Amino acid sequence: MQQGGNRKTEKLLLQRSVPGRVGVVLPDLDVPAQPMPDQNLLRDELLLPEVSEPEVVQYFTGLSQLNFSIDTHFYPLGSCTMKYNPKINDEVAFQPGFAGIHPMQPIEQSQGALELLHKLQGFLGEITGLPAVGLSTLAGAHGELGGMLMIRAHHLANGDTRRTKVAIPDSAHGTNPASAAMAGFEVVELASDKDGNVDLQALHEVAGPDLAGVMITLPSTLGLFDTNIIEVCRIVHEAGGLVYGDGANMNALLGRVKLGDLGFDVAHLNLHKTFSTPHGGGGPGAGPVCATDQLAPYMSAPIVTEKDGVYSLFTPEKSIGKLSGFHGNFGVLVRAYTYIRTLGGAGIMSISGNAVLNANYMMNALRGVYHLPYDRTCMHEAVFSADLQKERGSSGLEIAKRLLDYGFHAPTMYFPLIVHEALMIEPTESETKETIDLFIQALIDIDREVTENTELVNNAPHTTPVARLDEARAARQPDLRYQPEAAD
Amino acid sequence: MSSPDDRKYTKEHEWVMIDASAANTAVAGITDYAQDQLGDIVYFELPNVGDNVAHLGKMGEVESVKAVSDLFSPIDGVVTEINEKLLDHPELVNEDPFGEGWLIKAIMADAAPLDSLMSAADYDAFTAGN
Amino acid sequence: MTATRPDTTGHFQSHYIPNTTDEQAEMLASLGIDSIDQLFTDIPDEFRNPVLDLPAPMSELEIQRELGGMAAKNRSLGSGPSFLGAGSYDHFIPALIKPLITRGEFITAYTPYQAEASQGTLQVIYEFQTLICNLYGMEVANAGMYDGATSLAEAALMACRVTKREKVSVADTVSPAYSAVIHTYCQSQDIAVETASPNNPTLDSETACLVLQYPNYYGNIEDMQGLVDAAHAQGALAVISTDPTAMGMFQTPGHYGADIVTGDGQPLGIPSSFGGPYVGLFATKQEYIRQMPSRLSGRTVDKNGKTGYVLTLQTREQHIRRERATSNICTNEALYALAATIYLAAMGKHGMRQIAELCYHKAHYASSQINALPGYSLAVNDPFFQEFIIQCPASPAEINRKLMEKNILGGLDVSDRTPNGMLLCVTEINSREDIDALIAALSEFK
Repeated sequence: MQQGGNRKTEKLLLQRSVPGRVGVVLPDLDVPAQPMPDQNLLRDELLLPEVSEPEVVQYFTGLSQLNFSIDTHFYPLGSCTMKYNPKINDEVAFQPGFAGIHPMQPIEQSQGALELLHKLQGFLGEITGLPAVGLSTLAGAHGELGGMLMIRAHHLANGDTRRTKVAIPDSAHGTNPASAAMAGFEVVELASDKDGNVDLQALHEVAGPDLAGVMITLPSTLGLFDTNIIEVCRIVHEAGGLVYGDGANMNALLGRVKLGDLGFDVAHLNLHKTFSTPHGGGGPGAGPVCATDQLAPYMSAPIVTEKDGVYSLFTPEKSIGKLSGFHGNFGVLVRAYTYIRTLGGAGIMSISGNAVLNANYMMNALRGVYHLPYDRTCMHEAVFSADLQKERGSSGLEIAKRLLDYGFHAPTMYFPLIVHEALMIEPTESETKETIDLFIQALIDIDREVTENTELVNNAPHTTPVARLDEARAARQPDLRYQPEAAD
Repeated sequence: MSSPDDRKYTKEHEWVMIDASAANTAVAGITDYAQDQLGDIVYFELPNVGDNVAHLGKMGEVESVKAVSDLFSPIDGVVTEINEKLLDHPELVNEDPFGEGWLIKAIMADAAPLDSLMSAADYDAFTAGN
Repeated sequence: MTATRPDTTGHFQSHYIPNTTDEQAEMLASLGIDSIDQLFTDIPDEFRNPVLDLPAPMSELEIQRELGGMAAKNRSLGSGPSFLGAGSYDHFIPALIKPLITRGEFITAYTPYQAEASQGTLQVIYEFQTLICNLYGMEVANAGMYDGATSLAEAALMACRVTKREKVSVADTVSPAYSAVIHTYCQSQDIAVETASPNNPTLDSETACLVLQYPNYYGNIEDMQGLVDAAHAQGALAVISTDPTAMGMFQTPGHYGADIVTGDGQPLGIPSSFGGPYVGLFATKQEYIRQMPSRLSGRTVDKNGKTGYVLTLQTREQHIRRERATSNICTNEALYALAATIYLAAMGKHGMRQIAELCYHKAHYASSQINALPGYSLAVNDPFFQEFIIQCPASPAEINRKLMEKNILGGLDVSDRTPNGMLLCVTEINSREDIDALIAALSEFK
């Protein structure tokens, strides 16, 4: 696959550099030269590459070819919602009227941008049933921090300083406790019951005057709709606490139920999951916060308001403050807006319907081959355990690595923590039945390999650009930057 | 493989042994079970020489590639020595947790707490149940 | 918008969703049910299938028209001379960046947790870490944060962890937006935030860090060595938010002894985009590495001895350490770290220097020309890079209105700090014609 010569990717930029090569040509100075600053304010050397433009293009193109991606591989990562990223969204976002506008330019010159944001606030409020929406948070975890700070502000505004604890299910994503801690709370872990729901008895035990609230992912990280959710919200509210919703798994619920109707007070959405904005190798994302009218005054700044057809930026009266430098990840917000306009209400329903159908179809086909710790209708993802395979010699990790050889990106492994050898699989609605069938067959074939050729599975992957990497060495002797004298 | 019976054990998988070479001194480390559970160990955060350590109080952390665990001191006293080799070679604890992989030595303020810890046989029964 | 009734029996064939009604029927049959709605019966009846007031679907052709219309209502920076900076900068973006970052293998890839499937992303991050270290003169850099503001706020929190102190001192010449974010992040952790004057920073033995901006928000270069020394004298860390373009010519914060350096990578090949997405830069000393937030890509070998890259020191992060993590950050701005890496590769050693000098000379030409106009004066005589405050004969709001009539975007109104003060930014984008047009327009006020 890789070409020869210096299109091979092994050499780093500074190793490829040849003194005197340039990658750009810049205009000459067209104003009279001005007195330079004092020499001691200036740097001596600048160790950056000296490569030509063709080399840069070849190198980065070659690097891209080492990646799995949604466009190249089926990527059934549970809880990540790796759905198709529409190209029209990118095209819309790249228009000069969106990409080339300054966040601080006069608002009269940015009315189209503000209109888009205002309408997006409306759409997300309608979808969640939580009408007060803030778009300034830059990722899901960032939204979590915002929402938890709003809960904190609410209790403090009520003069209630005792509410220092937040209860979080043991199945929760790591960002939940991390965000709660950053918002100044003490984290209390909530057990899940045998059906994968929040254990109501455990919840009763913590639902007291020191409980600020709970953080609930719905559907849960087990891919299950908590059938006690109404009761969970009621118990927390009765104790004076608030309910935070982690909307990472929203793909299952779009149009099927509104979080606000169930009793949630504030939630975040992951636009880079549910709303198709590209993951980009780890970002950017956007994590809008949606809240009840009661919590609206605390929303992080700014929000977009409209009066007599004129759009403005506004800081809510009791805002928790700014959480980002400007107004949010506008380029991501544009993509999500375009996606929602493309799909409309009917399309939104079709997303959740097909996402859940595909996941259940796949779960049903693999039942009996892999252990299903919670054997009930799943939502948009199904969690299997590789317990049975582990007994025969191969762990979940090894099965996931072997899937790479079959041309599939591995599902999410070892999460949620409460399932041993967890493999969390989310096909999404944008994959064909043919692909899902091939994936099912691959997992069945690997299961057979575990018995017939355990070594092959346990030494996987065999066909990727690199084999299993020495992570212990990377952590014991961290090599985090290229330094010419050292490495060569 | 049964745990060595020349020392005592905590529920958090540390061991402690009297250090014959110095007065009133004990040496502590983590067990073979612990290092196996952790996997490849990459880093230790240990107390400094001169720090007080409390019986079963948190004294530091151990990191593997995928996990981090608190370390609890079986000894109640003052740290006199830490195993400097672990800075560059944390894997010593994977290789020889009961010998070369010792973590700290401390002068005991009080040796009595050691009596409340598990014997090798009790510890092996404890981990077998896990 | 008219409300769509929840039509769970009708079928809408979206071009993003392959399943046809026949395929759905086949899959439903395998599950022994006959409608998709039956998969949602765990949702209580009274809340299931609510009224959803969303518009009807749109074709791509209609999307182009509608979204094109919305974009056309905004004045883009390129449509006329623009002199606004203040944390978001109009710099030249080489054409090779967009086709590379929009390659599907980059833009639709996930976070590189499965290293064998993500060597492209991981090697890019390693390059990014390397080049940011070299740009800032620091020992280790991470894979990026959300933006310059949150990067600075996280640096303040990190300084508190490292020093085990609970007070942060922020220079009053740091961006107001950045200071606001620091306040938001610190308030809930009971960390006190004080304001310091760079001329006389009053720190004490409770101060975890002195937070500075370089050049400062108003464009000026302060006595960085003196300020770093003042922080260190109290055992506090020096945390410096540093403009990356200025690093093409000015001394590095690492040279002055900075402990943590942050910044916004937007000037490195990323469009203004109404404030985001950008990428936060974050670099520090090797000894503090375990207190650093965000991802790190480390070089290692595979079992065959081949060089490869993995995420490393993950025990700092939320997915392992949960409530004791260095930060809750998970998704960051990886695609824009890639853009910045490509930019730095193409610009290289010579280009970064040239860009910085172009900005410097053009800004100084503009400031001296404006200073010479009757009624105008340069507010501060300290060294500056690409931004400076001028005091105007009328309010900046009034002047900007008049400038906009000529399709010139003027500077930021900073009259809250300096009477009739306007913060102007001049970069390599501004031609001499642009600058002369600005000067001519300003001269109409006296």
